[in-house]
Amino acid sequence: MSAEDLTGAEITIRCLQEEGVDHIFGYPGGAVLFIYDELSKQDKVKHILVRHEQAAIHAADGYARSSKKPGVALVTSGPGVTNAITGIATAYMDSIPMVIISGQVPTHAIGLDAFQEVDTVGITRPCVKHNFLVKDITELAATIKKAFYICSTGRPGPVLVDIPKDISAEKFKFSYPTSVSMRSYNPINEEHPEQLKEAIRLIMGSKRPMVYAGGGVILGNATSQLTRFVQMLDFPCTNTLMGLGGYPATDKQFVGMLGMHGTYEANMAMQNCDVLIAVGARFDDRVIGNPKHFSNKDRKIIHIDIDPSSISKRVRVDVPIIGSVSNVLDGLIKILMANKEKPKQEELKSWWAQIDQWRARDCLKYDRKSTIIKPQMVIEKLYKVTKGDAFITSDVGQHQMWAAQFYKFDKPKRWINSGGLGTMGFGLPSAMGVQIANPKNAVACVTGEASIQMCIQELSTCKQYNLPLKIINLNNRYMGMVRQWQEFFHGNRYAESYVDALPDFVKLAESYGHVGMKIENPNDIEDALKEAFKLKDKLVFMDFITDQTENVFPMIPGGKGLSEMILV
Amino acid sequence: MENEAGALSRVAGLFSARGYNIESLTVAPTEDPTLSRMTLVTVGSDSVVEQITKQLNKLIDVVKVIDLSDGDHIECELMLVKVSALGKNRKEIKATTDIFCGRIVDTTDTSYIIELTGTCSKLDAFLDAMGHSTILETVRTGASGIGRGGRTLEVK
Repeated sequence: MSAEDLTGAEITIRCLQEEGVDHIFGYPGGAVLFIYDELSKQDKVKHILVRHEQAAIHAADGYARSSKKPGVALVTSGPGVTNAITGIATAYMDSIPMVIISGQVPTHAIGLDAFQEVDTVGITRPCVKHNFLVKDITELAATIKKAFYICSTGRPGPVLVDIPKDISAEKFKFSYPTSVSMRSYNPINEEHPEQLKEAIRLIMGSKRPMVYAGGGVILGNATSQLTRFVQMLDFPCTNTLMGLGGYPATDKQFVGMLGMHGTYEANMAMQNCDVLIAVGARFDDRVIGNPKHFSNKDRKIIHIDIDPSSISKRVRVDVPIIGSVSNVLDGLIKILMANKEKPKQEELKSWWAQIDQWRARDCLKYDRKSTIIKPQMVIEKLYKVTKGDAFITSDVGQHQMWAAQFYKFDKPKRWINSGGLGTMGFGLPSAMGVQIANPKNAVACVTGEASIQMCIQELSTCKQYNLPLKIINLNNRYMGMVRQWQEFFHGNRYAESYVDALPDFVKLAESYGHVGMKIENPNDIEDALKEAFKLKDKLVFMDFITDQTENVFPMIPGGKGLSEMILV
Repeated sequence: MENEAGALSRVAGLFSARGYNIESLTVAPTEDPTLSRMTLVTVGSDSVVEQITKQLNKLIDVVKVIDLSDGDHIECELMLVKVSALGKNRKEIKATTDIFCGRIVDTTDTSYIIELTGTCSKLDAFLDAMGHSTILETVRTGASGIGRGGRTLEVK
């Protein structure tokens, strides 16, 4: 054996170093002990020890969403992997670039129901972009290279590499491939001059245009192109839940988020437009509601997306443009610049007049004089105190929607939430990843008393690594969104949605060594937030006791159409 | 697709996860041992077939997908049928087998095994001609397909 022969564990760590990985999130166990042993012998790749594997994946996810690098997680075989599944599925639904390394029982034990054995490749297959079981040490480095390549190119997504314990102990000469070539994987990045021309033709002929931009703009780093494109044309622009920050929310051309809890003006404009330009969005059920109702109105649709399978999946489109959102928008901008022609200005003016009428409906209004804390007010004050510049993660439910509606994101990658899978428990661990990727920035986790308890054990991780998160707990003693649906659609029968026997969150935070605050009076919200954000090196758990009866408006009931909103 | 462990289950898993139908599926390595070729028969509206094609193309192990029914192609399936063959029936079965260009590949005092290849509808017609009471056992491979003439599924 020559001096350059490395063990599989050493090779794994060297690969991570070669990829420039600075942090990985994980939890040790039998099948990954060799890898952990090697991790401890170096300091380029720092390991963050979570308290549950689900949190490792969410943290890697938050890291990826708030930076330009894939997240990396390391878990052991069996329960390590099954605990990670929720996190992996969350990342998959939102197309987050991530590499998960899992330990596996030794190759000779695979299939024999060994201790802590699970068919990892089989169990993760439906919720990863791709996965690998490394059965030969000679393929380990090339496989890890492929994993990083696949996860971050084309439509991104999580890729899992399953490494049996004997492979991590076996030795082989290490060389890291400089490039990847796969005949079966060629992420599309072509230009379509004819399609671009056709799109421009529709844009120029439009009377009621609308730009609808989703998470693809954030993932594809195309925010500046989108902003330029929308502003050149003076068109209205809406963002999906995943796309918030893709277009500056404080700009006058922004009509707010659309969808189930979108603004009246965004949903009405979406329904009534005659030319729709969809950018990195996928017309999902929470965005356009009932596709039949959506198709009742005649409109031409231009759809820009990197994933061909997103085109004409739920809604038939007229001009599909497959490619990276930034390249396609660059192409459109180039044509617009060379073109003297402008869209029909008179019609555009009256379209804006119509939109302003819808805006005047003031669909997000709420009782600002209430003596009980209104959750919307907490988010408004949070926006004010952080000057709109914090990273905000959220869990899932009413608080998520209020954060999306009331925090005005002007920058991409600032709004971190589980949009596709809707994973309660995502907020706190993802905030850890965000804070690690952005150590100098303020990071707040907007959550509720139900969601936060799904991964509350991570308060311990936050203490270990001094992560000064600000936890904004909108505590209404209910699973608020469940309660809202029960109120609207199940005759006010609140089956199992009341959360009894809550902990004293202030004491709980203190027991982990953090700062706890309980806020019960609307007049105290702003001062409490200011005080919390002044504690720059402390995690502050802010327990806001909010109005139990507050609902999220507007709301499109399930199965209804965009213009069938329930308004306050 | 890549001739790799798990490639088949990725395809099968995609169909069950997305609620698509598999009528039949055949797969085996090609002249290039690193590649497998699969013929999959499915039914669906144009938009469903379009989605199936796109989703299959997204699978990392899938090298290329074509819809053979888009153009001229040949499809062929192999069937083995064990039939009860007694008395004067034996002659009749032999005659029907000849009409369908099948071959009797095994015989006992009471049964034949017939080998038949052709399109799915030809095999169906043969089974109809034999009749339910005669058939003891049937095994079919599912269709394999190939484009006619210059229509070649090539991997660059």
